[in-house]
Amino acid sequence: MAECHPVGFQWVMAAKARGAAVIHVDPRFTRTSALADVHVPIRVGTDIAFLGGIVNYVLTHEKYFREYVLAYTNASTIICENFKDTEDLDGVFSGLDPQARAYDFSNWRYEGGDVPAAAGEQDQEYEERVDHAEAQEVDHAEAQEAARPEVHGSGGAEALAEGARLQTDETLQHPRCVFQILKRHFARYTPETVEEICGIPRDTFLRVCELITENSGRDRTTSFAYAVGWTQHTVGAQYIRTASILQALLGNIGRPGGGILALRGHASIQGSTDIPTLYNLLPGYIPMPHAHQNEDLDAFVEAEGARKGYWGNMRAYVVSLLKAWWGDAATADNDFCFDYLPRLTGDHGTYQTAQAQVEGTCKGYFLLGENPAVGSANARLQRFGMANLDWLVVRDFSLIESATWWKDGPEIETGELRTEDIRTEVFFLPAAAHTEKSGSFTNTQRLLQWHRQAVEPRGDTRSDLWFAYYLGRLIRDKLSDPAHRARMGLDADGRGIERDRPVLDLTWDYPTEGGYDDPDAEAVLAEINGFDAHGHPLSGYTQLKDDGSTSCGCWIYCGVYADGVNQADRRKPYTEQDWVAAEWAWAWPLNRRILYNRASADPEGRPWSERKAYLEWDPERRKWVGPDVPDFDEHMPPDYEPHPDATGPEGLSGKDPFVMQSDGKAWLYAPVGLVDGPLPTHYEPQESPFTNPLYGQQRNPVRNMPKPGGDFFHPSDGEPGAEVFPYLATTYRLTEHHTAGGMSRWLPYLSELQPEFFCEVSPELARERGLEHLGWATIVSARSAIEARVLVTERMTPLDVQGRRVHQIGLPYHWGPNGYSTGDAANELLHIALDPNVHIQESKVLTCDIRPGRRPRGPALRELVNEYRRRAGITEETGRQM
Amino acid sequence: MTDPAAVSGYEDPPPRMGFFTDTSVCIGCKACEVACKEWNAVPEDGLLLTGMSYDNTGSLNASTWRHVAFIEQRKPLALQDPGVMHPDVDVLEMAPLGSSTPPEQALMTPTAPGQEGDLRWLMASDVCKHCTHAACLDVCPTGSLFRTEFGTVVVQEDICNGCGYCIPACPYGVIDQRKGDGRAWKCTLCYDRIGDGLEPACAKACPTDSIQYGPLDELRERAAGRVERLHEAGVTDARLYGHDPADGVGGAGAFFLLLDDPEVYGLPPDPIVTTRDLPSMWRHAAAAAAGLLGAAVLACLTGRRR
Amino acid sequence: MGIGDWVSSWPVYRQLTGADRTGRGAAARSARTERLRPRVADADKVVKSICPYCAVGCGQNVYVRDGKVTQVEGDPDSPISRGRLCPKGSATLQLTTGPNRLDTVLYRRPHGTEWEHLDLDTAMDMIADRVIAARLTGWEWEDDQGRPLRRTMGFASLGGATLDNEENYLFKKLFTALGAIQIENQARI
Repeated sequence: MAECHPVGFQWVMAAKARGAAVIHVDPRFTRTSALADVHVPIRVGTDIAFLGGIVNYVLTHEKYFREYVLAYTNASTIICENFKDTEDLDGVFSGLDPQARAYDFSNWRYEGGDVPAAAGEQDQEYEERVDHAEAQEVDHAEAQEAARPEVHGSGGAEALAEGARLQTDETLQHPRCVFQILKRHFARYTPETVEEICGIPRDTFLRVCELITENSGRDRTTSFAYAVGWTQHTVGAQYIRTASILQALLGNIGRPGGGILALRGHASIQGSTDIPTLYNLLPGYIPMPHAHQNEDLDAFVEAEGARKGYWGNMRAYVVSLLKAWWGDAATADNDFCFDYLPRLTGDHGTYQTAQAQVEGTCKGYFLLGENPAVGSANARLQRFGMANLDWLVVRDFSLIESATWWKDGPEIETGELRTEDIRTEVFFLPAAAHTEKSGSFTNTQRLLQWHRQAVEPRGDTRSDLWFAYYLGRLIRDKLSDPAHRARMGLDADGRGIERDRPVLDLTWDYPTEGGYDDPDAEAVLAEINGFDAHGHPLSGYTQLKDDGSTSCGCWIYCGVYADGVNQADRRKPYTEQDWVAAEWAWAWPLNRRILYNRASADPEGRPWSERKAYLEWDPERRKWVGPDVPDFDEHMPPDYEPHPDATGPEGLSGKDPFVMQSDGKAWLYAPVGLVDGPLPTHYEPQESPFTNPLYGQQRNPVRNMPKPGGDFFHPSDGEPGAEVFPYLATTYRLTEHHTAGGMSRWLPYLSELQPEFFCEVSPELARERGLEHLGWATIVSARSAIEARVLVTERMTPLDVQGRRVHQIGLPYHWGPNGYSTGDAANELLHIALDPNVHIQESKVLTCDIRPGRRPRGPALRELVNEYRRRAGITEETGRQM
Repeated sequence: MTDPAAVSGYEDPPPRMGFFTDTSVCIGCKACEVACKEWNAVPEDGLLLTGMSYDNTGSLNASTWRHVAFIEQRKPLALQDPGVMHPDVDVLEMAPLGSSTPPEQALMTPTAPGQEGDLRWLMASDVCKHCTHAACLDVCPTGSLFRTEFGTVVVQEDICNGCGYCIPACPYGVIDQRKGDGRAWKCTLCYDRIGDGLEPACAKACPTDSIQYGPLDELRERAAGRVERLHEAGVTDARLYGHDPADGVGGAGAFFLLLDDPEVYGLPPDPIVTTRDLPSMWRHAAAAAAGLLGAAVLACLTGRRR
Repeated sequence: MGIGDWVSSWPVYRQLTGADRTGRGAAARSARTERLRPRVADADKVVKSICPYCAVGCGQNVYVRDGKVTQVEGDPDSPISRGRLCPKGSATLQLTTGPNRLDTVLYRRPHGTEWEHLDLDTAMDMIADRVIAARLTGWEWEDDQGRPLRRTMGFASLGGATLDNEENYLFKKLFTALGAIQIENQARI
């Protein structure tokens, strides 16, 4: 955190000054470790074992917050008999189809009497949930493809079928209640196991357990902060799940000083997830529809929504979105243009897109402030993809590597590509900076903050708002022009107009301002916020209607333009407010600063303690009071009990803080929502020098593997050739640089602070491989080989794992061949095995070799890599087994 | 101690202002280095991977007015040389050697600590000390270096002629001539900013308040309290550096809380103003100058009237 | 400058006549020093902004004079950052006004070996044509099971984490209406 979010770290330092203990878990000793009370070096890729060990400690030593656990989690919920744990099945859960490499989630559902709980991956059960005459069996391949956990994670999974009754055991003794399943599942994550898997000495581990548990309960809370060190794994989502289980057991969610804080790395990466430039989502975490026969809006909502909780109103969110996009064209009669939305048939993520480019189906590519030629795993594959495009548009500040690979990329040097042979047309368009345009960023704590334009951009430089708007206008003009239609052959198949209606019907009129007639960003924000039937700005998503009388471009952002005022631009100094500072900017949803804040009070609505008071029920005024906005209607009393048939928010009781879940509870056990198991399980990374000591199952059985071609994997421990890549490597950022370098490597003031690509190795590894401080090293994987200057430092600690000493190599990934400070890109080395839930690559763990000296130039570079592949016996099949 | 501003001709000067750099909360982010360069338009001064941990700045110089040192060490600590532990090894010459050297013959890493105790990574942002007795100021023949009303020591770039006398005079090696320019440059304690009631750029940016700016008296008081608290917390290594008006420079206007001996951070343990004997010399020179001045003024005046 | 002023501006004169007998303080002040003012004091306006680097979201004050950004520093009002910035945030002035930034459109034609210049309007028109063509080429009405798709696989987009919400919104809206689904950003990388 000190490394990558230094200004945020001031609050950690402030807490430390008040007596907080800071624990830093990282394979490397970083600037954060330097200020922490405890640094815990860990073998990369083993955090589930580590966190699972703490869960086990909490359960066996009865350190959980019993009242919180009983009232606010699903600990007492009974799970169906079909569920079999990894303990029973040697590392896999019940329902695994080895052929399809996918789980049948119906095996994990809540016990629901005679009515089967509609649990599991909902698209998989689409046909079951939607009463279609021609319901057809979903084939295995589709089940694997249709992994769409976003529907549940944020989208309110339905854990229980309609009419079913939740079966619970408040004594937590039933063998199939979540609590008992949890105890059995984590029982083998003992301190000894943690030591054996993670390389963390027992004493260190127990100290961490004590610090965390002593600092949790009624009077104290512990928080976890993480970044991509937890997400970039083939089991990344399950890392976060393990932390969620731990924090729910300790009662650290929904309370001040608690939580699991994602420290995100880009100014608006949260915003670009909320208003997603992501293939599988519509604004506000509404899933993109998948391909189905005869699916209409009602069927979509029925399949994807939930009955209880705030996802119970999903139809209103979807209809309001469709109204925002297609305005008057969207009517009840035409299903509000629901069929204008394109349909998904699987994973269409960025790595699949790169492969589609190599295969030639994807012919055009926009890069908007993104540098995949350096910043994406297996960067070489990215460049081969771009080299097979018809056209590429790069919008950035400078000539990043993704704009110039055709001229001076690594494949030009190796002779694999020749500039003259590359047909890709490339447009570089200079992009405006934040000082040159107005707009909002959503920061890592869900705060929308407005930045105002200070100056006009120079020359051809334009904002992306300008670019999107005028590109849309040009396309619409061309599609409306009969001559153009004829010239382009748009009507050749006789369905041209049908194809183009969604574009032509789009609401695309925005007022413009300034010297370049920039669209007014506030007008766009107002559309995102939404309007009522009379064109007045809405003040919150509870006002949204499903009859077409409201419009809203992103339901969770509804209220950001309440009263016609740009709430994101509120700038009341923090010194003039209470500590929550609710009048600075605007947080989604509804300006709520701590999510699930109902949990800050006990079931009766009283604070758990004076010290940790936040929201409480005021019986006199019959409302919730405190410095924040409650998660639910502020007049809902703690003793409210819903009618069994009640739906939506009213379907949850006054004691249910987790209002986005269909049962209102924090899920210690996730009956739906994850495609790789209802509980986290330690699996070894895709590439590992160790065998999984817990189970016969080595890796996440349902991890996403790319199509063969362009990506090769190393043998892991126990497979022939594993010894060719004996070391672990991990990638990361430095304080002085930013991501793939587009905003830092071109700046002299930042470049001089970290002028070159380097690798960090321990003195022992340096001796073992003959590496010299400040000398050169070549790091080799089956994907490529790169060179780096060597920093020998004791901050890199070898670890003792399973009786062997393992070395880890540190690789900051900022560099590339262009810019003011240059170097090889660490991402050349990485493979693209992905987490199956969110399709993120495993950037944090790979095996490799390291050798002294610079890498070969020209064709010899590929010869070196091929030689390594031969020595390790690597084929297309290596590492792909389940 | 007399107020240096008061004896420098400022009637009723504002309180003496300075920096207290508390290295115990420094996270080594180098925001101070960048903020300083941005505000003062100090040029970039070279891309050099030094191998001295994460310190690629090296030292204070004409184009580096804030410098963050990084020291990797084991506690308890043996005697060390400032920053770099191997005085016989020129780390900057190690870079081009390549990797052909067998490891047993390879030079030691400058960051290799001893083997006892926990790993520790010290970080500290160094800066001009704005000495009470400032040798650079004493030797400046042009009046380019001057004492401000805040008690700080500043180079006036419109006066400096690049004679370079100030450079060896500084007991800390702070002030330096810029190549291609010739003039001497160093931290001004953002004289322009503080004159307008603003914080110096480095102190304003510092994420953890490791760099604190304010009236020196207040800072000294705060620093003493901080050391006390750290001692109570068991950080017995904590000590102040440059705070003492009785030290060899009469107390620094920019002082530090360190967690180890000053040498470890590359700071001289006992700096002494190099012009200690100058005052008596200066009085003689001043008398001579006054005589010359009289003649010069007369010459000018008569010349102009003509 | 009158002669009296000229003489009295001479440091040695001031040393001898003023209170600064050291000649190293008040008497040594140069003309530039006397005029010295922080450039933020001369700004025409101070514009409230947010740091463009990581997702902490530190407040920034952008100082503008004569239509140019002259300084960017932390906004002390922000409850998140309290006026502070990291080295990247502190480099915002260089990021936004430095020579690193290009301000002209560049074009590389198929099989071309060098960049060429292109005016912005032409570039926009060409890009619009290419989007329409790629969309058509990659169009899919339905899949092999006859399920409606109504989409194009012909073009893709990557980026958004550095963009404003409003920009992402327009891209998502436009590209989705065009039938594109391969719309991605850093959040999955």
